[in-house]
Amino acid sequence: MIGPVLRHMGETKLELGPATQAAHPWRRGEDNGVVWLVLDCEGSSVNTIARAEIEGLATELDRLEQQPPKGVVIRSAKPAGFAVGADIKQFDDMARDGATDMLRQGHAVLDRLEALPCPTIAVVHGPAIGAGLEIALACERRIAVPGASFGAPEVKLGLHPGLGATFRLPALIDPLEAMTLMLTGKTAHTKKAKSLGIVDEIVRERHIAAAVHAMLEHEADRSLGVKARALKYGGRSLAARQMRNETEKQAPKEHYPAPYRLIDNWEQHGDDRDAMQQAEIDSFTELLDTDTSKNLRRVFFLRQRLKDGPRGADDIAHVHVIGAGAMGAEIAAWAAVKGKRVTLGDVDTAPLGQAVAQTRKIAEGAHLSDIEIRDALDRMVPDPRGYGVAHADLVIEAGPEKVETKRKIYDSVAAQIKPGAILASNTSSLSLDDLKTAAPDIKRFAGLHFFNPVSKMQLVEVVRHNGTDKETITRLAAFCGGIDRLPVQVRDYPGFLVNRALTPYLLEAMVLMDEGIAKEVIDTAAIRFGMPMGPVALADQVGLDIGLHVGDSLKAALDKPLAKISDDLRKKVDKGELGKKTGRGFYDWSQGTPRPDASLDDAPDDLTDRLILPMLDACIECLRKDIVGSADEVDGAMIFATGFPPFRGGPMHYARQRGTEDITARLKNLADRHGPRFAPDRGWSNI
Amino acid sequence: MTRPVYLVDGARTPFLKAEGKPGPFTPVDLAVQCGRPLLLRQMFDPRALDLVILGCVNVIADEMNPARVAALRLGLGAEMVAFTMQINCGSGMQSIDTAYRYIRDGSHDMILAGGAEALSHAPLTLRQDAVEWFGGMAQAKGPVAQAKALTGLRPDFFKPVIGLERGLTDPITTLNMGQTAEVLAHHFDIDRKTADAYAMESHLRLAKAQEEGWLTDEVMPAFDNDGTVYDHDNGVRPDSNMEGLAKPKPAFERPHGKVTAGNSSQITDGASWVIVASEDAVEKHGLTPLARIVDSEWAALDPKIMGLGPVLASTPLARRNGMDLDDVGLWELNEAFAAQVLACLAAWQHDEFCREVLGLDGAFGRIDRDRLNVDGGAISLGHPVGTSGNRIVLHLANAMRRLDRKTGIATECIGGGLGGAMMLEAV
Repeated sequence: MIGPVLRHMGETKLELGPATQAAHPWRRGEDNGVVWLVLDCEGSSVNTIARAEIEGLATELDRLEQQPPKGVVIRSAKPAGFAVGADIKQFDDMARDGATDMLRQGHAVLDRLEALPCPTIAVVHGPAIGAGLEIALACERRIAVPGASFGAPEVKLGLHPGLGATFRLPALIDPLEAMTLMLTGKTAHTKKAKSLGIVDEIVRERHIAAAVHAMLEHEADRSLGVKARALKYGGRSLAARQMRNETEKQAPKEHYPAPYRLIDNWEQHGDDRDAMQQAEIDSFTELLDTDTSKNLRRVFFLRQRLKDGPRGADDIAHVHVIGAGAMGAEIAAWAAVKGKRVTLGDVDTAPLGQAVAQTRKIAEGAHLSDIEIRDALDRMVPDPRGYGVAHADLVIEAGPEKVETKRKIYDSVAAQIKPGAILASNTSSLSLDDLKTAAPDIKRFAGLHFFNPVSKMQLVEVVRHNGTDKETITRLAAFCGGIDRLPVQVRDYPGFLVNRALTPYLLEAMVLMDEGIAKEVIDTAAIRFGMPMGPVALADQVGLDIGLHVGDSLKAALDKPLAKISDDLRKKVDKGELGKKTGRGFYDWSQGTPRPDASLDDAPDDLTDRLILPMLDACIECLRKDIVGSADEVDGAMIFATGFPPFRGGPMHYARQRGTEDITARLKNLADRHGPRFAPDRGWSNI
Repeated sequence: MTRPVYLVDGARTPFLKAEGKPGPFTPVDLAVQCGRPLLLRQMFDPRALDLVILGCVNVIADEMNPARVAALRLGLGAEMVAFTMQINCGSGMQSIDTAYRYIRDGSHDMILAGGAEALSHAPLTLRQDAVEWFGGMAQAKGPVAQAKALTGLRPDFFKPVIGLERGLTDPITTLNMGQTAEVLAHHFDIDRKTADAYAMESHLRLAKAQEEGWLTDEVMPAFDNDGTVYDHDNGVRPDSNMEGLAKPKPAFERPHGKVTAGNSSQITDGASWVIVASEDAVEKHGLTPLARIVDSEWAALDPKIMGLGPVLASTPLARRNGMDLDDVGLWELNEAFAAQVLACLAAWQHDEFCREVLGLDGAFGRIDRDRLNVDGGAISLGHPVGTSGNRIVLHLANAMRRLDRKTGIATECIGGGLGGAMMLEAV
């Protein structure tokens, strides 16, 4: 929260040296023989590196090579940060037009920057990611402003770095640390970057000019310490083998080739810069054309789409959450960590205390500083008397899943809620139609369905009933964006989109168990398909009682027949073996999350399809019934709510790739064998 | 121009007994814990407040000007002026009194006035000679000078000085606060048993108030970062009895003293806030006042008998407003020590004392126990020094409303030889 004076002055004033004249994409200024090149991409609040930026840099280098200055400073004019990486939109063109030539040109430009006879300093504030990092690495020195971060997240797009990081980073810092950074795609924040050696100095923004000046003075009598560091690293093959083992746990080679190419390149050419460079260009070009990378790039854009979906500015400053159960507490904690003023109401104070502890855990997990953690905790106000209702712009009801209880809550809210505020239910299994008549303002009543745990699951279903007005939906979507979650707009329907699609997958797993297939075999089949967790373990994690409740209510509400709900499931619930939360469900959770890896040699040949295809079929049903706007939204929702394998690009994309005729034929075949629950929806013909 | 001034609302944390180590909350944490729900239950935007004043005696190093830190952490905005006041045990009432005078005189309309104290966080400090040694070490340049400086180290440098003990000792007379109570007990012939009986009653009254829910609107639960919930004043001993109270040895003057841990106020953490408003503010924001602040008074006397501060401050306050002792329907007289409260009562019944010291015609009178500290006091609740003055004003307002009393006085003795008193009137 900043006051009017600081708002007037601006929170940060970037030191741009002499490069004060606006120009795109590079500003140039010279002062006392030092040239400042300041990146300022046109029409965007962040810098991305594309052809124009590289070519612009080449033009500047022409001048610098002819008349080498005393030093060169490279930084960004964007308050948001240095540069967030390559323009991913250009990857498709690159893949089509042959990436090799373009990569060679890019490499040549950064090689020239590296070879300048004068000192070069990158001044980095905010993120220097992907190609942004690679430009900084081509400079001789790096100064970081506190808050700067460095990362090579290309593996998340099915790639590895393509503009020199694969050989410059292992030359600059401990090669094992460099490989880890590139293999995990993780970000090194300022201090970590300094301790790794990516950064030479950490300097506050207000001292950048002086620090640059001092560094250039010192450079006059520098020795070639840094550059001379040997590329040699003994025992590369042993290290490579360990890296492959580690990577296999997170990203099996079958589905994710990129990290293995990165390891291969390093193992084979780790002591030969030029060979590494050539290998980087070659394997990057090949990876660009893999299905995995194409699908992961697709997922990147699906995320953008959900994020930027039709919505206005977030006008929710104060959220009141009713019910400090697992979901209510998570929602409140997350919103507070993300900057909202939150009141959390519950008649009982003990769960409110737990919610405070949970907020601290989430804030610590988000690497907030002690002061930021304190502020997040100050924003999360346990509110046993419900004082917050009267002030909230949004009231989220997360009470027990009983229509009568919720209606009673709405009655009590109605007397206090302020005009214009939205009331949203986090119900996962009840129909909004059954609840809306108790809402104080039917137009401003909707569903806001978070997934557990809120801090990990990015998706939120914004659910409208036929009386919800459009503004309410866009405001809720904007709120989700404001707390860094991805909204997907859906219509009221049994299970909405995600649970509607997930339920047959879970129920089929139970039927398979009843048929005598081991749960480990079932879960392994799903994991091999690429799901983050098998259906049996997922049911345990969600909570068998909740799963049973959703199953029963969907079975009653849907036209389509669902699998018979397993007696075993009911017995487990009756016994109180509810899954992860009680330590035992179908699995024993005392040793942590079960992750079976069973042999599938004796598994039925239709096992995977029996699990996955009904999920796809339910998605088609939702599209046909207009529950969700588009196939892309279905794909985004299923990936970000259920972990549907991102490398497959989403369930609808997978269906198209495999061929809808193949799928409907298979479903008919399964229906003949196992019953009408597999009969393909009639919506398949429209895909 | 003097304008009417109202006490609109207030809330405090539970008072939490110090357990021999720093408690879960700093002074500002405590102020935030009770300030948040208090502000949330107001219908006005808290930024409509003009000023924040907080009493705090033991300010910790991380929270200089705790009033301002609390204001910012409560989300009152960068533009909120806030200052901290310190008049020892009167700090929390001094904040209300300052708010009252500012508003009465017309410069302000709505002020958040509080007190916050975490006695469990009172620092351990180094002895002065140890501090000098540390300074010498830091300045020593080179190994020889350092080695030389090092030889000055003595084991007793590591024996810390307990800041709280120093704080509760009068620097003029070097008497501990408990010893000043012993002085009064001697002068007014108060025996151990009477003091213990008073203490027991304090516990039973607080226990009753808690049970009846009389403190529900006043005490807001506090939540620490580990998820522990504190929902009541935990120094209370509902089973307090004379046998138990007879056990502890004198705390300050062994073996013959009368003041024990059992009949003294407890070392406690806690915070309290009230909202003070002008008539304009009451109208503008549609507020319902709890009480009107009628007048206030501060007085001073010898530090050695500081416990009589309430007598010195309250008597002129009542007289100035045309009241005799019986016209005041309810009293909150801070229970620093049972002997000290009883000494005040005795002084008011003492003809000669009242004539010669207070300038009255004779004894001021007797305050019946049903008009005094009706829901317990610092002996059962504890005495977070910078907070207590705020709490007794707030609780007086709440108790006046519950018991339908027209006028009340909250008053306290103040270490160093001061007394403060504030008069409220029902609205």
